[in-house]
Amino acid sequence: MENTPQAEVVRAGNEEKLAPGKLHAAQYIVALVLVVLLGGLWRLQVIGASNYRLLAEANRIRKVPVLAPRGKLFDRDGRILVDNYPSVTCYILREQIRDASKDSPELALIARGLNLTVDQVQSILRHYQLAPKYEPIPLKKDITPDEQAFIAAHRDELPELETQDEQRRLYPSDGFAAHLIGYVGEVSEQMLDDERYAAYSAGDVVGRSGVEQTYDAVLRGTDGYRNIIVNSHGKEVGQLGQQLAVPGQDLKLTIDLDIQMAAEKALQGRNGAIVAMDPHTGEILALASRPTYDPNAFAVRLTKAYWSQIINDPEHPLLNKAIQAQLAPGSTFKIIMSVAGLEENVAQDMRVNCAGGATFYGHFYACDARHGGVDIHNAIPLSCDTFYYTLANRLGIDTIAKYATALGISQKTGIDLPNEASGTMPSTAWKLKTQHAPWYVGETISVGIGQGAVTVTPIQLARALGGIASGGAMQRPHVVFPDEVPSELRQAIAENFPGSGEKAFPLSVPNWQLITDAMAQTTITGTAAAVHMANIDFAGKTGTAQLVSQNFGAKGMGSGANRANAWFVGMVPRRNPDIVVAVLVEHGGFGGAASAPLAAQVINTFVTKKRKQDNNLVVAEVPKPKPAETPAPGEAVAAPQPAAIKQSSPAAE
Amino acid sequence: MRRFNSTYFRDFDWVLLGFVLLLSVISVLEIKSATLQTKFRGFETKQVEFLIVGLILMFIISIVDYHTLIDIAPWAYGVSLVSLVAVRLVGSKVLGARRWIKLGGFHFQPSEWVKLVLIVAVARYFWGLAGRDLSWRDIGKVFALVCVPMAMVLLQPDLGTSLTYVPILVCGLFLGGLRIKQAAILLLVFALIGGIAWKSGKLLKPYQKARLTAFMDPDNDPKGSGYQIRQSLIAVGSGGIWGKGTNKGTQTQGDFLPIPYTDFIFAAFSEEHGFVGAVGVLVLYFLILMRLIQNAQTASDLPGAFIIMGIVAVIVFQIAVNIGMVVGLMPVTGIPLPLMSYGGSSILFTFLALGIVMNIRIRRFVN
Repeated sequence: MENTPQAEVVRAGNEEKLAPGKLHAAQYIVALVLVVLLGGLWRLQVIGASNYRLLAEANRIRKVPVLAPRGKLFDRDGRILVDNYPSVTCYILREQIRDASKDSPELALIARGLNLTVDQVQSILRHYQLAPKYEPIPLKKDITPDEQAFIAAHRDELPELETQDEQRRLYPSDGFAAHLIGYVGEVSEQMLDDERYAAYSAGDVVGRSGVEQTYDAVLRGTDGYRNIIVNSHGKEVGQLGQQLAVPGQDLKLTIDLDIQMAAEKALQGRNGAIVAMDPHTGEILALASRPTYDPNAFAVRLTKAYWSQIINDPEHPLLNKAIQAQLAPGSTFKIIMSVAGLEENVAQDMRVNCAGGATFYGHFYACDARHGGVDIHNAIPLSCDTFYYTLANRLGIDTIAKYATALGISQKTGIDLPNEASGTMPSTAWKLKTQHAPWYVGETISVGIGQGAVTVTPIQLARALGGIASGGAMQRPHVVFPDEVPSELRQAIAENFPGSGEKAFPLSVPNWQLITDAMAQTTITGTAAAVHMANIDFAGKTGTAQLVSQNFGAKGMGSGANRANAWFVGMVPRRNPDIVVAVLVEHGGFGGAASAPLAAQVINTFVTKKRKQDNNLVVAEVPKPKPAETPAPGEAVAAPQPAAIKQSSPAAE
Repeated sequence: MRRFNSTYFRDFDWVLLGFVLLLSVISVLEIKSATLQTKFRGFETKQVEFLIVGLILMFIISIVDYHTLIDIAPWAYGVSLVSLVAVRLVGSKVLGARRWIKLGGFHFQPSEWVKLVLIVAVARYFWGLAGRDLSWRDIGKVFALVCVPMAMVLLQPDLGTSLTYVPILVCGLFLGGLRIKQAAILLLVFALIGGIAWKSGKLLKPYQKARLTAFMDPDNDPKGSGYQIRQSLIAVGSGGIWGKGTNKGTQTQGDFLPIPYTDFIFAAFSEEHGFVGAVGVLVLYFLILMRLIQNAQTASDLPGAFIIMGIVAVIVFQIAVNIGMVVGLMPVTGIPLPLMSYGGSSILFTFLALGIVMNIRIRRFVN
């Protein structure tokens, strides 16, 4: 190459020319530049093509979930209990936010349009900080038509706002059957760590309580998705493909809406629980607990105020008292005592003279009245404590515990609802294990009348007393017809909700007759005579469980928060009953006065309905909806099914 | 006159014009595709109008002897400076920069034609030196000649266009006989000044700095300074070997690619027509540039060659910076791609420059 400057300009007279060398150099430079650019193109379009193609697709294709509507819940006659309603949720695309600062006019506009505060918007953004940026996050659920109109009108200014149609749960109002049905909520972090929730991902709606929780697997359905094409502003410009959502399966509950309504109405203004069950099958006909809560408040924007109100309520509205309250059964326990006494051949010939109580081991144990001469036949209707103190003393704690346990006390019933409590049945082994102390014989006396350390749940009492009236045949209580769900799920539920389940207690026929007759006498001349119903074979047992600690014999109702819990377990008819109802009224006082009338209302509703149906007022059978299909809305109001009436079948097996 | 006409048409570089028109057609088609989904739909017809005006101006300027242009260069230079001052005073502000003057319904960007004036002025200056060795004083003068308008454009602010004046200076110095020692000293001094200017942060606005560095790591701020370059890389890369087809570039049609009809038109073209199409365009550029250099070789005198090489330098520079930007080798500077990008001022510059090249070619046997 020529480097000397002198050579670069060739001068020949007027002829001035650039040195060809320099022009050649220029050509090389041009070629070099183009080759470098070619290299750049090769790098992107040949080597990196597949990678960039993915990025381009990710740019423009957005996977939008199509949420499956949850299965609806019907009562046993096909009447709707829980429905869905169409709702719109506002999502925010964080990638599209230009200014997320506190004083941002953009956030201020969003907040104003959605009736939120800027702080709320920012706290939602913070809450989802760790979620991938491209994922839209829910800003406000169940927005109003005004808010929808705002989003539509500000599409250009606020491209980050998106709406999505969803189906939301519509629960009965006023907390009707709230504890039975439960509620749904977003899946929690702890749940996501649990392998049982492997199929769920963050943001999914999951049943958090009641039937919604137990049967979530069939109710939830399968979400679908749509692959949409968007432009750089996030505006949908086309669709590539979609996977349809599979709606959740509808479920028919064993609940009878009429009886449930009677139970809810009976409990109005009280604290406690009512559970009604068909002892032939274990089908729960009604289950109510008070105080209650509004599950609708959980489904959409649960406010902090409502949550703290519920959590701090001393009466624990979230507690399903029908299966979770563990309380002394009081005199209702005397039926179990009677079974033990008769089966042990102790009670048959036992006669005591009730002088308003008796003394055992140096302590006087009081009775409600001076009953005079009492035997097993009138001890039940009179609910004579002296008789059962004596019987308990003769049997001993471990014999009582043996029978009580066999009848399901201190064991979960295995009902298909979450968080069932087991209650307690004391025994020498139990005391040694829990208190590392020997059992004192004196403690047995109180157990004889359902006081002391013995605690039960209403569902346990219903199952035990209903089972005794059925000749010892006890069923696993359940709120969903087993044939409604696939067998694997049925199996899984049986495993996840262990309990005493179905069981046949070997009760001898004379003892069965004796006890059931005595329970029938209770509503005629006994402690529940006030609720006697003409032409109804109504049997039952009252209970008044004192809360003041066992002051050996101090009999009294107590008052206020110490007022005794009122129990009643009633059934119709006395033998092989079609319905058994357990009623608990907390601090209600005397069981015969506070609880028995509530049971009578429920039972009266049941009997009246049954009699109407028996008079051929039954509408023809409507085929029940096939699983995995959404029924047409019209089917929701189906006629009562004959399945509602079970002709009493022989029970003792 | 008759003889002139026949010579004129015979000596006109029809081959060069053919390549240029071919590229122009490609440009018009791509502008059409790139604006299809935008509010700029139909810009391709405006581009055709610009091309027609450009062609007419090209023929007109090719008739006037380029020595006349060289003669009036000092006057044109003066008018240039005045127009750059005017743009600061009465120019319309677009996106924070005053670059445009409204002339009878047309938005005119003086900085584009100042480029042409500078090419001629630099050629005239070196002709005046008559091939003697460059003294530092000569170098200082040519620097002043280029840097005064350059600084004024930089202050508009229009970093991109002001940078296109640099190749005119470099090309002039290279062809004018800059010695290696001088070149080394100049490079050192500029590296120093550049470094200090960058550090002090006074010369460049922060957004300009961010844009200049973003190309090195576009994923660092994919929504901010890296957005444009990232989307451009995705557009080019996803085009693959054969491209996605006209009107089918998802990056272009989905409005992901920024300004796909001007600065990023090559990205849009590469997305829709792939490596094959992009290489085709590069080949066309190569043919055009080689043809220009050939014309410089055959120019009858030094200023003719200087002018053509100045034009070559500017075009090569713009291609390198624009396509370099699109493929991620260069920062985003806002320099249009000659003969491809939409825009009247750019087309007028290119066709006026081609007119001068024709002019010089026609007169290659003079003397």
